[in-house]
Amino acid sequence: MSLFRNAQKVLRENIREYGMYIALFVIMAIFTITTRGTFISSRNISNLLNQTGYIAVLAVGMTLVIVIRHIDLSVGFLAGFLGAVAAIALVFWKLPTWVVIPLVLGLGVLAGCITAFLVAQLKIPSFVASLAGWLIYRGAILLVTAGTGTIIIPDATYNAIGNGYIPDIQVIPGVHNLTLLLGVVAILLFIVNEISDRRKKLAYNFEVLSTDMFILKLLFMSGLIGAITWVLAGYNGLSWTVVVVLVVVAIYHFVTTQTVLGRHIYAIGGNPEAAELSGVSVKKLIYVVFGSMGMLSALSGILFSSRLQSATTTAGTLFELDAIAAAYVGGVSAAGGVGKVIGSIIGALVMTSLTSGMNLMGIDISLQYIVRGAVLAFAVIFDVTTRNRGK
Amino acid sequence: MTPPILEMKNITKEFPGVKALDNVSFSVQEGVIHCLVGENGAGKSTLMKVLSGVYPYGEYSGEILIRGVPQRFSGIRDSEKAGIGIIYQELALVPEMTVYENIFLGNEIRRGMVMDWNETIRRASQMLRKVRLDINPATRVKDLGVGKQQLIEIAKALSREVKILILDEPTSALNEDDSQNLLNLLRDLKAQGVTCIMISHKLKEVIAIADAVTVLRDGRTICTLDAHKGEVSENVLIKNMVGREINHIFPPKEHQPSDEVVLEVRNWGAYDPNLGRKILKNINLKLHKGEILGIAGLMGSGRTELALSLFGNSRGYHLEGELYLHGQRRQFSHPHEAIRAGLAYLTEDRKGNGLILIQDVKQNISLANLEEISRNGIVDNNAEVKIANQYKMVLNIKTPSVEQKVMNLSGGNQQKVCLGRWLFARPEVLILDEPTRGIDVGAKYEIYTIMTQLVQQGMSIIMISSELPEILGMSDRIYVVSSGRIAGELSASEATQEKIMQLATD
Ligand SMILES: Nc1ncnc2c1ncn2[C@@H]1O[C@H](COP(=O)(O)OP(=O)(O)OP(=O)(O)O)[C@@H](O)[C@H]1O
Ligand SMILES: [Mg+2]
Repeated sequence: MSLFRNAQKVLRENIREYGMYIALFVIMAIFTITTRGTFISSRNISNLLNQTGYIAVLAVGMTLVIVIRHIDLSVGFLAGFLGAVAAIALVFWKLPTWVVIPLVLGLGVLAGCITAFLVAQLKIPSFVASLAGWLIYRGAILLVTAGTGTIIIPDATYNAIGNGYIPDIQVIPGVHNLTLLLGVVAILLFIVNEISDRRKKLAYNFEVLSTDMFILKLLFMSGLIGAITWVLAGYNGLSWTVVVVLVVVAIYHFVTTQTVLGRHIYAIGGNPEAAELSGVSVKKLIYVVFGSMGMLSALSGILFSSRLQSATTTAGTLFELDAIAAAYVGGVSAAGGVGKVIGSIIGALVMTSLTSGMNLMGIDISLQYIVRGAVLAFAVIFDVTTRNRGK
Repeated sequence: MTPPILEMKNITKEFPGVKALDNVSFSVQEGVIHCLVGENGAGKSTLMKVLSGVYPYGEYSGEILIRGVPQRFSGIRDSEKAGIGIIYQELALVPEMTVYENIFLGNEIRRGMVMDWNETIRRASQMLRKVRLDINPATRVKDLGVGKQQLIEIAKALSREVKILILDEPTSALNEDDSQNLLNLLRDLKAQGVTCIMISHKLKEVIAIADAVTVLRDGRTICTLDAHKGEVSENVLIKNMVGREINHIFPPKEHQPSDEVVLEVRNWGAYDPNLGRKILKNINLKLHKGEILGIAGLMGSGRTELALSLFGNSRGYHLEGELYLHGQRRQFSHPHEAIRAGLAYLTEDRKGNGLILIQDVKQNISLANLEEISRNGIVDNNAEVKIANQYKMVLNIKTPSVEQKVMNLSGGNQQKVCLGRWLFARPEVLILDEPTRGIDVGAKYEIYTIMTQLVQQGMSIIMISSELPEILGMSDRIYVVSSGRIAGELSASEATQEKIMQLATD
């Protein structure tokens, strides 16, 4: 009983941090019930994760953009445009995939740096600069696909990024062995990391969770990773899209939480003048953040076009808004300086779960938009009120 | 004796990990000037926030009585209605708006739905006369100095017919003249029957103006002294604030600057493209190793601009002239380069461009020198904690832990965090711009001691200050700046308040 009460207390005190996870959990539970289990089926979860991929990578980049108090509206059509460029390079220029991918990523960085130039050097508000980009890239997609319309991509390697799964080692039949193995490794890494972190904190006399709460947290997170792995292993295993997203998240999570660069980004978001006077170059970091956003837009374009196995004239429509919504649901603050990469990923999952679940239930698209809008508003209201309560 | 206009009884207010107020009682007689003093973090600002409804009823325990009537404010609006006006240390005016718009902001004079601008301007002029400010009410607030802005804040409070006016460190950003002006105004208001509660670390002011003084220490009321019974003196105040006697305001001068010139500036000038005029002209300046160089001058004379222009020119002035570091000509195009070269600049405006309020103490301290605690660009979080705790101890920063967000610290402790950042940057030349703004007497002495230790270890310090006693007590040599030029140089032995003021105003 006291365990339960303790857990309640910990939750209440950290409601802001855990709120998103709970929301995601609740949403998934509701859909599982309303769809009589279809939602939680291996096939659907696998699909859902693959669908989240191209928004998730955008949400990661957008988190940093919003943290430094800017916005980038151009990312959707930039992704669409670069997806088309990739298709053209594969189909008409006959370039191999391993050339096309770095090429397109490079173009993405370039595009991001152009926005950064307008923002940092010419002091144009990022809203306006990237709105211009939105129009330009939209036109550019229409331009490059004008002669051909939708470009079908026949390249199997390229298409595997959006549709393929990691290979398997055959030991136990019926499930995806390598996926299970990776899941176990992930759980072990997580536990080791948490324990060593806790030990360090104790050495510095920091406040840590009580032992029973700590074990509960370990069990819960391990269970969660285990469950996801199990579900995925029941279908085709881990998809390449999920691998790509995990790698991106791991890198960005590390950079934002552990490096000098990350510190500088959050410092700028917290108080640009103070950061500048402490030796942080705001201009330089605008290039870094928008450059990375451009690269992730390119990645999003690659994921999307390879998933559809084609480049369409409407690719990228509304991606930017989905990414921004994901970031806000995930707890970034428009005032700058606050927001976590992991949070935005959860935010992206919440938003795609809503779409997926409501699709399965056969809910009309008009209602879907309204529900998603309401969830976005609710998430931000929750965030703002719990933040103010802390003061 | 008449019943007090205000009584706060057994007020207790806790924050996570801190008991900011512990059973505080505070009572104020009608029509007096009552000062509130105490060390940094003693709970002064918190007590006033409780009184003005910033912390609404229910978030604290205890009782507030106005003229004997219990009050339960659920916000600032309620306390305003009860006749309480508060002026925070950070001014809350809208810089882009005119004076009259600011005075009636949130309290607009309307006819139905429409603003009555004529009446607004007429009433605003009336208020300006009350605070003896002779300016056009249509002036934009950003075009006024801090001193005048402060008066406009008071005018704003008066327009709401305050009975009790609270001022939290109103003079900490003001120069001597503006401070005097403000104190005189408070005397006027008192004559008109307004009760004033003033928080200040400037004990001379407190002694000059207070009818009564209450001392807080560690969230507790220590005593309330009656000035008319001769109970208030500097020694008594300090003793009650700090809990022990402090005999010296400045540490003894034991250091001897060497002849070696560390930093030299020749024919330095700066043009501000935003203002469209020259703000610094023909400045020649030398700083020796192990020296504390005082820079005196009025507000707006160009002292801060001089410091910023040397420190990487973050404001983008057009510079002329030469800067030498150890005899080598240098040019810094960003504060980053200046820091690399061994310079550090403590800003005068800690909230505006000093601290990152939403981040914690350790992150604020490490920001300017993350290189030292990182390897291959990866921050060593444990080293950071260690460093932060070290500066917490050295500077005696009052906070439950270095993981506390800086916005939850008291004003003086925030200043110490700022200072900590620049000490950790381990500079060779430390430029301090108003280093003791908002810092209590005891802590001032500690900071002065640290400064003397630093110069003994070979650091050189440029100290910009508006407090003449500080300039006189600490400097080895003094430059006086006036309208963007160096009006004169004085050695420590020949400098006096009069000489400095004469140079500063000519
Ligand atoms: N919002 C908050 N959250 C947590 N602690 C707080 C908060 N506000 C104040 N405190 C703590 O309460 C104590 C009293 O703070 P307060 O601001 O009242 O001090 P003060 O007497 O005004 O000091 P100073 O002279 O430095 O301005 C400090 O220890 C401070 O850290
Ligand atoms: Mg205070």
